[in-house]
Amino acid sequence: MNDPILEMRGVSKSFFGIKALRAVDLTVHAGEIHALMGENGAGKSTLMKILSGAYRPDPGGEIRIEGSPVRIEGPLGGRAAGISIIYQELSLAPNLSVAENIYLGREISRSGLLARGAMREGVGSILKRLGADFLPSTLVAHLSMGQRQLVEIARALHAKSKILIMDEPTTALSAGESARLFALIRQLRAEGLAIIYISHRMDEVYALGDRVTVLRDGRLVGSLDKQDIRADTIVRLMVGRDVSSFYKKDHDPEAGRGHPVLAATDMADGQRVKGCSLTVHAGEVVGLAGLIGAGRTELAHLIIGAAPRTSGRLELEGRAVDIRSPGAALEAGIAYLTEDRKALGLFLDMSCLDNINLAVLARDAKLGWFLDRDKARERADRAFAGLSIRAADVGVPAGGLSGGNQQKVLLSRLLAIAPKVLILDEPTRGVDVGAKSEIYSIIDNLAKAGTAVLVISSDLPEIIGICDRVIVMRSGLVAGEVRRTESTQLSQEDIMALATGMEQLDA
Amino acid sequence: MHDSPPKADTATAAGLAAAQETKRQRIRLVIRAAGMLPVLLILCGGFHFLSEGRFFTGQNLGIVLQQAAVNTVLAAGMTFVILTGGIDLSVGSILAAAAMAGLTLSKLPELGMLWLPAALVTGLGFGVVNGALIALLRLPPFIVTLGSLTAVRGLARLLGGDTTVFNPSIPYAFIGNGSLTLVPGIASIPWLSVIALLVILVSWLVLRRTVLGVHIYAVGGNESAARLAGIKVWAVLIFVYGVSGLFAGLGGAMQAARLYAANGLQLGQSYELDAITAVILGGTSFVGGIGSIWGTLVGALIIAVLSNGLILVGVSDIWQYVIKGLVIIGAVALDRYRLQGSART
Repeated sequence: MNDPILEMRGVSKSFFGIKALRAVDLTVHAGEIHALMGENGAGKSTLMKILSGAYRPDPGGEIRIEGSPVRIEGPLGGRAAGISIIYQELSLAPNLSVAENIYLGREISRSGLLARGAMREGVGSILKRLGADFLPSTLVAHLSMGQRQLVEIARALHAKSKILIMDEPTTALSAGESARLFALIRQLRAEGLAIIYISHRMDEVYALGDRVTVLRDGRLVGSLDKQDIRADTIVRLMVGRDVSSFYKKDHDPEAGRGHPVLAATDMADGQRVKGCSLTVHAGEVVGLAGLIGAGRTELAHLIIGAAPRTSGRLELEGRAVDIRSPGAALEAGIAYLTEDRKALGLFLDMSCLDNINLAVLARDAKLGWFLDRDKARERADRAFAGLSIRAADVGVPAGGLSGGNQQKVLLSRLLAIAPKVLILDEPTRGVDVGAKSEIYSIIDNLAKAGTAVLVISSDLPEIIGICDRVIVMRSGLVAGEVRRTESTQLSQEDIMALATGMEQLDA
Repeated sequence: MHDSPPKADTATAAGLAAAQETKRQRIRLVIRAAGMLPVLLILCGGFHFLSEGRFFTGQNLGIVLQQAAVNTVLAAGMTFVILTGGIDLSVGSILAAAAMAGLTLSKLPELGMLWLPAALVTGLGFGVVNGALIALLRLPPFIVTLGSLTAVRGLARLLGGDTTVFNPSIPYAFIGNGSLTLVPGIASIPWLSVIALLVILVSWLVLRRTVLGVHIYAVGGNESAARLAGIKVWAVLIFVYGVSGLFAGLGGAMQAARLYAANGLQLGQSYELDAITAVILGGTSFVGGIGSIWGTLVGALIIAVLSNGLILVGVSDIWQYVIKGLVIIGAVALDRYRLQGSART
């Protein structure tokens, strides 16, 4: 193999005496896609920030690029050393054009005036090489998420970067956009770039990775070559234990049949949801699968009254209910866990205690108005113990918790109302493996206790692992349902066929 | 047994580090809670020294408290609004309109006693209109209250026929000029200040001890999440602008009782700026969701102490403006520095 382009030797980083990274050795070659995996808090972002120059490593370690030692300092240090990072949240200015974004901070000027023409020409060839279907003069605000990612990549190429670090780049992309991105990443590899690909998703790492490195608790716990990449090996490295019982499904799938709790008929919003019906029984975990944009979240929003519906009927335990606001849904006993916990779920500045109690404050209140602080404290303490939420105290702001713990705080808020129906939208997105398995057993226990659970998820192994049956949506309609029979298990292929419309080709 | 001592050593070291970390966190919490209080105390001490001991006298402190009273009341209402991420620019105009309405009514012999509730209802009414426009029509608070800043000022002038309305025998005049005697002959406190303190206490009770209070913080912290969590965001918004209007009406009543007169054009001009300044000095975040009413009280006192102290020291009127402006910027810069590393960055 060729000489390594990036070598890290014994790189450590500590914050206030806490080691975030312990003597990590990482070697990356040109023309290689190097997948980096690990639970949240394993040290991936610390490592990345050291390479970008945002953090300075502890003395003692060494970073070499193309054989020569470098010191990466300041926010521009990474780029100067030939390293570009594409963050999860893209860092583009939507009000500027593609060319202006690519040249941001390095604008070409002629006698003090911006040379727009020259800048457009400068990026034109790169965009063509990437197969972009937009112009350098297009405003970034008009681009889709996939196209914006392309702009980020173009920016990296334009800066003549040799190492490209991508942090969960497909989180906001549709399946089609992801596929195009993968093709592009392979093209860049062929052109000789080194790509460090950070992801939580096993299928992506399978598809792309030439090598996988796993971090745990700030340590590099293993590196696997392509032929050795196997899901169970990686998961074991990530969590440091066996995960045979990763998905938990102890509740009896037949227990609650015959007693429908939630029945939605012909729900439509006139745009994204075009007449969907579904039923969830007590004690049942139903999956709602489909590609991004199929209308799953929109359907959930219709059910809880978060969006106005143009048609549809809702029955709760056999009685017709008219739900026109999320507040009414909660009162009726339908709780919804949002897919976007930071923007739509949590109050990051508020304490965990307030976040957990928010939905039941009015019910608990003394004299109708005054907070019952003892009750609230007790409830929060119980949630912390019951869901093993790890934080110093129930009084700390929710924003300071890790993704998994934040999700558990949000889940506690919903469980506080003891819902009859619980709709979970991507319940394990951005959650580390340990918390994932805890959330699965919470779902399992709820089903055991008779709650009707509807799980929206894009993670097929998860849906198959925890659900009793799966409803699949495509383009705003229910495309079909996949059931478990005595002889067959739920299969990813059946679900994907329904989600993509391939089953129609077979028929 | 031989390998246990080193183990114990690492355990104590880890324990020590953890203890230090909790200690550091506790100090940070105390600093955060104390907020601008140290600045206020330093200002008081500084002025006492510079004025050769004329600041900390019973009489002067009474003046400071009285001067701070109306602004404290307005700033309390403004705290509710800013906690939701909004702004109310119309409080000065509403104060003038409420004072005009009150004084006009007070001159009617049979209804005179009703002037005080009339002023409060006037303020509340304008506030609710602001809130309804913001909550139901989804208009930006800055625009709505900028509009009512002008429109309500016009109405205030209209109420008195664009003249100054006098009433030397206005009922309840004691609230403007009387004092509550605490210890006869030794300690008393102006009624205006008593009212301001009561307003702060009631505000604290609502913000920190009621369901509504948590909902106000929630709406300011994350409006979309609040809506999904079942909070009636529109009701919370109408409430906070209603409170701001009500407190502006109370401020108008306090001014009317103090001056026995009101002028629709001049009364309450640019009071909204002092109120906003007090809230910001008090550490309440401009984007909403973070802040406390006690901070607002400290902020209002800082403004009053600055005005009073600079006069005591004999600084010219022109330089007072410059110094006040710089202190505000400096205090907020200090605050930013202090809050670095909080949950939202």
